[in-house]
Amino acid sequence: MNGAHDMGGMHGFGPVVQEKDEPWFHGEWEKKAFALTLACGGLGQWNIDISRHAREKQPPGRYLDNSYYEQWLHGLEVLLVETGLVTEEELKTGKANGKSNVAALPADRVFKALQQGSPYAREVAHAPAFKPGDRVRVKSMNPPGHTRAPQYVRGHVGEIVMHHGAHVFADASARGEHGVAHHIYNVAFTAEELWGADGQGGAVHLDLWEPYLEPA
Amino acid sequence: MSSHDHHHDHDHDHEHPRLSELQLRVKALESLLIDKGLVDPAALDIFIDTYETKVGPRNGAQVVAKAWTDPAFKAQLLEDASAAIKSFGFEGRQGEHMVVLENTPRVHNMVVCTLCSCYPWPVLGLPPVWYKSAPYRARAVNDPRGVLRDFGTELPDDVEIKVWDSTAELRYLVLPMRPAGTEHLGEDELVDLITRNSMIGTEVVTFPAKVPEAAE
Repeated sequence: MNGAHDMGGMHGFGPVVQEKDEPWFHGEWEKKAFALTLACGGLGQWNIDISRHAREKQPPGRYLDNSYYEQWLHGLEVLLVETGLVTEEELKTGKANGKSNVAALPADRVFKALQQGSPYAREVAHAPAFKPGDRVRVKSMNPPGHTRAPQYVRGHVGEIVMHHGAHVFADASARGEHGVAHHIYNVAFTAEELWGADGQGGAVHLDLWEPYLEPA
Repeated sequence: MSSHDHHHDHDHDHEHPRLSELQLRVKALESLLIDKGLVDPAALDIFIDTYETKVGPRNGAQVVAKAWTDPAFKAQLLEDASAAIKSFGFEGRQGEHMVVLENTPRVHNMVVCTLCSCYPWPVLGLPPVWYKSAPYRARAVNDPRGVLRDFGTELPDDVEIKVWDSTAELRYLVLPMRPAGTEHLGEDELVDLITRNSMIGTEVVTFPAKVPEAAE
């Protein structure tokens, strides 16, 4: 979707400012927003792509106004209600209407879960359509759902520099479609191709799945 | 203070404009999820403790220091980063598929996630606020030299800047250049020189170590 999260190339946000002596979390609420999100992710009711989409589909004004862990908190609340783990009413009142039939991720499984992560590489039957050195164009497209092809590269031509094998396809995975995987490539775009005379030389590299690309 | 300064401040200010509301909202959600049996409170503590005290940029610094001192390891790291990094025990969530990018006198690499906040957790820990902020996500791709200046980093004009936008599940770690004059230093002393920002690519490693500049 062409949401406020798709920030590459936007103007007007000002300088990048580092925080002095930045803590890992700013206060208890950030710690808990973080840990609750990971703990509920461990319930297995959604995947990372569904989770990203829950954050980015907020109204643009709200997305831009939120601090980072507010996005996470909002995303978590949305997913809990969408999956039916929690009702709107429970979220509003804070009072549980009975126990869930889904079991919590137990503390003694946290280490293993983090250590394993969730690998995204998959075997696919079809051969890759492109190889390093090939010129490709990112298709002109505007899908209303989750996608990982930012607006600033759509319609532009780049060169394949790496083939990473096949990975779970984020666009399908965000719709809850399991088992859809495609070849994925690192594609280099010159700054001139992306930004014209306003570019600063050099290149921008993105990882893009085969369905985003066409031969150029 | 201009309006963009104001907008920007709230991302890292200790006084979040909705702080008390967020504290209550998170507390209510936490008790609700515990009451429903969806969250094990002990699991929350482990998630927080892991990323506050166990996983951080010292992990990445160990990988870089070894690459600087052991050519065979460096070759392995550039060939199969996930396996080489796993040999330190650094693996799992948000680092399932690693790629290492080598800086040279001709090429400087810088990593961003314009769409959200993708970052190699096992080697760098959780990302700093600036990495997740709109100014960085917007400008890294079309104004990389301006962003580098925000960090006090000036590169010669003939150095090519490659920006890596983490649009899929590949995670990028920059292998910074070893500074001159460090030939006599051992791995442990090198680790102390290697900053988090140098492994994201917004700074270079200096010797003697640069005293971090205070944010305004």
